[in-house]
Amino acid sequence: MKIKGAELIIRILLEKGVDTVFGYPGGAVLNIYDELYKASDRIKHYTTCHEQGASHAADAYARVTGKVGVVLATSGPGATNLVTGIANAYLDSSPIVAITGNVACPAIGKDSFQEVDITGVTMPITKHNYIVKDVSRLASVLREAFDIAASGRPGPVLVDIPKDVQQAECEYEPAEDAVEPQQYRNGKEAFVQAVKLISECKRPFIYTGGGTVSSNASKELLALAEKIDSPIGSSMMGLSAVSHDHPRFLGMTGMHGKLAASRVLSEADLLIAIGTRFSDRATGNKVEYIKGKKVIHIDIDPSEISKNIPAFVSLIGDVKSVLKKLVNELPPCDRRDWHQEVEKIRNSSDRRLEMPKDELNPQTLIQAVNRHAPKDCVVCTDVGQHQMWTAQYYKFSKPRSFVTSGGLGTMGFGMGAAIGSCLGNDRKKTVLFTSDGSFHMNMNEMVTAVSHQLPLVVVLLNNNTLGMVRQWQTLFFGCRYSNTSLERRTDYVKLVEAFGATGMRVSTLEELEPALEKAFAAKGPVLIEAAIDQDEKVLPMIPPDGTIKDIILKA
Amino acid sequence: MNSDEFILSILVNNEAGVLTRVSSLFSRRAFNIDSLSVGVTDDPKISRITIVARGDDHVKSQIILQLEKLHDVKKVELMPQTGTVMRELVLIKLNISQESRAGLMEAVSVFRAKVVDLTNDSVTLEITGERSKCNAFVEYLRAFGIAELCRTGLTAITRGPKTLKPDASV
Ligand SMILES: Cc1ncc(C[n+]2csc(CCOP(=O)(O)OP(=O)(O)O)c2C)c(N)n1
Repeated sequence: MKIKGAELIIRILLEKGVDTVFGYPGGAVLNIYDELYKASDRIKHYTTCHEQGASHAADAYARVTGKVGVVLATSGPGATNLVTGIANAYLDSSPIVAITGNVACPAIGKDSFQEVDITGVTMPITKHNYIVKDVSRLASVLREAFDIAASGRPGPVLVDIPKDVQQAECEYEPAEDAVEPQQYRNGKEAFVQAVKLISECKRPFIYTGGGTVSSNASKELLALAEKIDSPIGSSMMGLSAVSHDHPRFLGMTGMHGKLAASRVLSEADLLIAIGTRFSDRATGNKVEYIKGKKVIHIDIDPSEISKNIPAFVSLIGDVKSVLKKLVNELPPCDRRDWHQEVEKIRNSSDRRLEMPKDELNPQTLIQAVNRHAPKDCVVCTDVGQHQMWTAQYYKFSKPRSFVTSGGLGTMGFGMGAAIGSCLGNDRKKTVLFTSDGSFHMNMNEMVTAVSHQLPLVVVLLNNNTLGMVRQWQTLFFGCRYSNTSLERRTDYVKLVEAFGATGMRVSTLEELEPALEKAFAAKGPVLIEAAIDQDEKVLPMIPPDGTIKDIILKA
Repeated sequence: MNSDEFILSILVNNEAGVLTRVSSLFSRRAFNIDSLSVGVTDDPKISRITIVARGDDHVKSQIILQLEKLHDVKKVELMPQTGTVMRELVLIKLNISQESRAGLMEAVSVFRAKVVDLTNDSVTLEITGERSKCNAFVEYLRAFGIAELCRTGLTAITRGPKTLKPDASV
């Protein structure tokens, strides 16, 4: 029996197990929305206030569930509004499929109303993209899009579908057998060398990135650490891979990493990097970063090996399976001396880095939220100082429980991400740490959270400034605060109340406790505005291209 | 060829936009590209791109690995410096006079070029060969005053029975 292209899209979504779609309707996707209407018992569509919010929601949904996130938008402005979200997913290797409508094929290339060459626009920020001009190819392209997004190193795929293709008729044939996952070949030699390096080193350091999280390899990571008696540090993207009260975990390394973690890393003679791409924010000066150490790099993407940091040995493949094999082949080691040294460094942490315990400040605030939040809660952030403070002070205990914009550093990511995370985590309590700059970018999505009564606890660290930029202006630009002190008069409590959410304002620790109790007991979204001094700094800080020797402990 | 130059042969799906995907990868990742030529192969679904690029070993391996990640790229091969037949085609138009004509014809015969068009005032020459030969010919012609010149960019194939085929597994 012949069906329309638009109905075929829904069939493929169902085939791929999609039950949640984020998006925004419009002229070029009317046919698809009509089919969504008919399939509303099987696929729930969430309409955001802006396509950017939908794209971040799909991205976060993918990160929290491990499934492919789906976002749908109309042609032209709908499609271009997705661009930041797609780039964000690309840089953080998050699997999403973006479906856009386009003008009918005969109208393409004529600068028709709401026509944009979205495949051209998104070519450098997608793993792959398609424009489907022939309905007979629609099914295979969509299936392939899901496979590409989820396989290997995950990432975004865009499928642009002209309106006449949605209306055209075609046969639907159920999918054939699923494609086999790609096999990675590492010469036997690579494992032998890795085992040798690890056995012979004195001071190993395991450095994990987001790849460990997306590969669900936390157990294997810990097994490796136990077997070779090694401390663990992580990039920001890798933060939720290990429970933060695990005795081997030292915390984040890099520009705003934990002092102890960075120090131990600098003392190591072997760096075992797992599912990470050595971003400049994580390494600082790349030459100094690896002085005196050899590097074993484990990643699923061969082009990451030696891209930024030269690897002595590389193991290509899915982190989980590589680690399993590696742990099997390794003899257990005992490194008492190194262990003792690590503990000494851990305990000698600098007192100046502690914020006062008896006042409301970023540290006491985040730790208080941490105490109130349930264990299975997902924590999201926007971008800026509040993001780094969250990375530093929140004790994550479960993989996939930290959703943040790492590679692109997208202010405005937070609200959409909180919505997607909440829906991806069975509508459980979800925390968003944000700040005045970022929140103003996409605060409209509070409206979406209200419509669906999502239990978000939005904690807004209000420092009345673009704090992270101000910090750089203080440290590197002679305190010339060009355009970062925002004279905004927003009353956040009234604002979110006008949207239908609950708002609270706190400026002391005493006020904070009852506010948090109320927020975590609420059914729908709540915003807590917390007053933060505008000159609080994120410390420590290794300046750009700097080393542990340049670390700033006090500003 | 300069010491840091190398030739890549790339088999790609013959799909719309594939050339953009390949060429934009070079600009996006700040890789240097000297020439690019493309055409369909004996299999109409597959096109072959030949790229001359520059860079040290690190850049070379990055270019290959990044190209291999493109979905439409089916095979990337670094062509060996020896054992590869390399050819480029150059068309050159010159304005001629009675006096310059004889000298030109001599050059054409020495370089084994071809006259493909001739009028009273102009001549168009074609030369095919390795780049060094084409370059030498072009340099020699400068004295005669080149009116117009176009080159196809290098294309290359290995000597002997070895062939380039898309990987079955991809
Ligand atoms: C979309 C976007 N624009 C600009 C920036 C540059 N930027 C990075 S951090 C920052 C300040 C963030 O301010 P705010 O959200 O108030 O957070 P705070 O640093 O105060 O915690 C800016 C402007 C960015 N990361 N993203």
